[in-house]
Amino acid sequence: MGFPEEEYFSCGHRACAGCACATAIRWITKAAGKDSILVEATGCMEVVSTPYPETAWKLPWIHGAFENASAIASGVAAALRTQGVEGKKVVAFGGDGATYDIGFGLISGAFERGENFTYVCYDNEAYMNTGIQRSGSTPFGASTTTSPAGKESIGKVEWKKDLMHILAAHGSPYLASASVGYPQDAFRKLKKAMETPGPTFVNLFASCPTGWRVDPSKAIEIAKLAVETGAVPLYEIIEGKHVVNGQSKDLSKLKPVDEYLKVQGRYSHLFKPVRREKELSMIQDRVRSNLQRLIDLSEKGF
Amino acid sequence: MEASHAISEAVKMIKPNVIAAYPITPQTHIVEKLSEYVANGEIDAEYIRVESEFAAISACLGAEATGVRAYTSTSSQGLALMFEILFVISGMRLPIGMTVVNRALSAPINIWNDHQDGMSCRDAGWLQIYAETAQECFDLTVMQYKISENRDVLLPSMLGLDGFTLSHVYEPFDIPEQKEIDGFLPEYKPTHAVLDPGQPLTLGALGFPSHYMELRRSQVDAMEGSLKVIEKVYKEYSEKFPVQIKNTRPEKYYHIEEYKMDGAEIVFVAIGSVCGSIKDVVDDLRAKGEKVGLLKIITYRPFPMEAIKKSLKSASKIAVIEKAISPGANGPVFDEISSLLFEAKSAAEIRNFIVGLGGRDVKLDHIQKIYDMTKKSQGKKQEWMF
Repeated sequence: MGFPEEEYFSCGHRACAGCACATAIRWITKAAGKDSILVEATGCMEVVSTPYPETAWKLPWIHGAFENASAIASGVAAALRTQGVEGKKVVAFGGDGATYDIGFGLISGAFERGENFTYVCYDNEAYMNTGIQRSGSTPFGASTTTSPAGKESIGKVEWKKDLMHILAAHGSPYLASASVGYPQDAFRKLKKAMETPGPTFVNLFASCPTGWRVDPSKAIEIAKLAVETGAVPLYEIIEGKHVVNGQSKDLSKLKPVDEYLKVQGRYSHLFKPVRREKELSMIQDRVRSNLQRLIDLSEKGF
Repeated sequence: MEASHAISEAVKMIKPNVIAAYPITPQTHIVEKLSEYVANGEIDAEYIRVESEFAAISACLGAEATGVRAYTSTSSQGLALMFEILFVISGMRLPIGMTVVNRALSAPINIWNDHQDGMSCRDAGWLQIYAETAQECFDLTVMQYKISENRDVLLPSMLGLDGFTLSHVYEPFDIPEQKEIDGFLPEYKPTHAVLDPGQPLTLGALGFPSHYMELRRSQVDAMEGSLKVIEKVYKEYSEKFPVQIKNTRPEKYYHIEEYKMDGAEIVFVAIGSVCGSIKDVVDDLRAKGEKVGLLKIITYRPFPMEAIKKSLKSASKIAVIEKAISPGANGPVFDEISSLLFEAKSAAEIRNFIVGLGGRDVKLDHIQKIYDMTKKSQGKKQEWMF
């Protein structure tokens, strides 16, 4: 599937070098197209794109607060209905802090009401805008400024929230997990989510070189590696049915998760000064079992 | 009908496109009635049944920013939950209309009336007006939209009415014809904030220190400038819709209502339904030859400083009766009026009487006692009438 040439998120915004979230946003706007209204939560992408009186947005765009993009989108969709407007897409998006944590209740409310909109989470696994603090999406073992690794700490001790399945339980007709490492797959999923009526969701895994402490030139590479090692699975839940995509379908071809972890500063304490075998094997086991569960769900349908 | 239904009736007649509300006592009768109207097709609005007040006010923000008229209503904890978004809405200059059925704030949890909820939001950049009667509830609901949506104002507004003591009380009120309301309140057609792919706007941008103060200032200017617009709307409404039922509203709406203020030396200042009781006491006292009057505040934000200053010009003793308190200071209205008196170099004595918190009855005896203490200059600056 070809990406449209038209750009709706212009260059000149103030994102960090190598910011894959900005890439994700570009794709979101391309998938949404010109007849759409965008609602964004507070976060990096809102901050870098709208330094008054400038804007990077060539589509109608609104930002209200951190937690309420989904409720604002509900109001936008209702207003369009009362105006008899058809064919305009309402797309809300935010980072993982806005989505997994502070805005979660409002997303749940909007999904329960069956609002006709797509919510995209650009997921970089921590509160990057405020300086790399831990969120409900931060993976086990990651060191952040509020879950720092130390003598008594291996970083975050909780596992990443399984938001896809929580939202699937609301009866959403389409949910997808995608990565910026796979543009075609991600774009197809964004399109599909926006073309499916009802509340739909895409978790778009987007690397943050600043927060993960990796070389900005490796932003896309690392997002690929996340999928190749199984740390981030690519899959869809279509009308309740699981479909596992691409690399994620074949456990036998999985690269060891170490390969993904060891190139990121946020996991460096798991390798130095000593290799934390216990935690690394816990992560490896979790990655495999999670992927196996998704494959089972797709094959056996439970 | 009860005052809650004066509100829902008025909301029906101003034809909002989007209603988003979450139930909370004592606001429920308003939103239940609106739900019925929607269910029966009596009102052509989208009703978003949200999961919290936070979502209610956010959905209104989204709707209003898409260029349509939005309505919500809440009380107490619900208003407190909306607090963050109140500022976002006024900053974005979205003229949303809200009814606040005033109720005490927790803890201890209490569902009854006082003004702490509304008063705690006085700095949110919303116009605030307060009703005493069911008729005022109806009239001010219609007027609040005309004021908020005025191009020179473009600020959201809250109408306050007392929970239970007004909201659940049956009073007669007059309902004008729909076509008369239509003639008074034109359709909302914004140009400053519309999410339209045909003309993409960025709404809710980041304001750096280099611009923030200017944008705040423009908001303050609009609030100050709205005083004149409000006055004009009050006047137009009063002329277009003259009093039909005696004693249910001021004959001519104004920022304040002056009750028996001619030659009044001792003046009560109050807001809301308690003014009904105060008027009774004023009548009794006047009959006994006492020079006493009531200054009722209808427009609270913007604070009608000149109107109040003028009204209190000849007062020698003032009793500000309030259902809210800033712990560690005084009732908010008291502090603001004290400041006006200082500016006017007035020598009037002013006392603050805190009454009716959490629904405590304010009896005629209380008001009589307030009068006696004020007249004799008894008690402390701030007295609580338990």
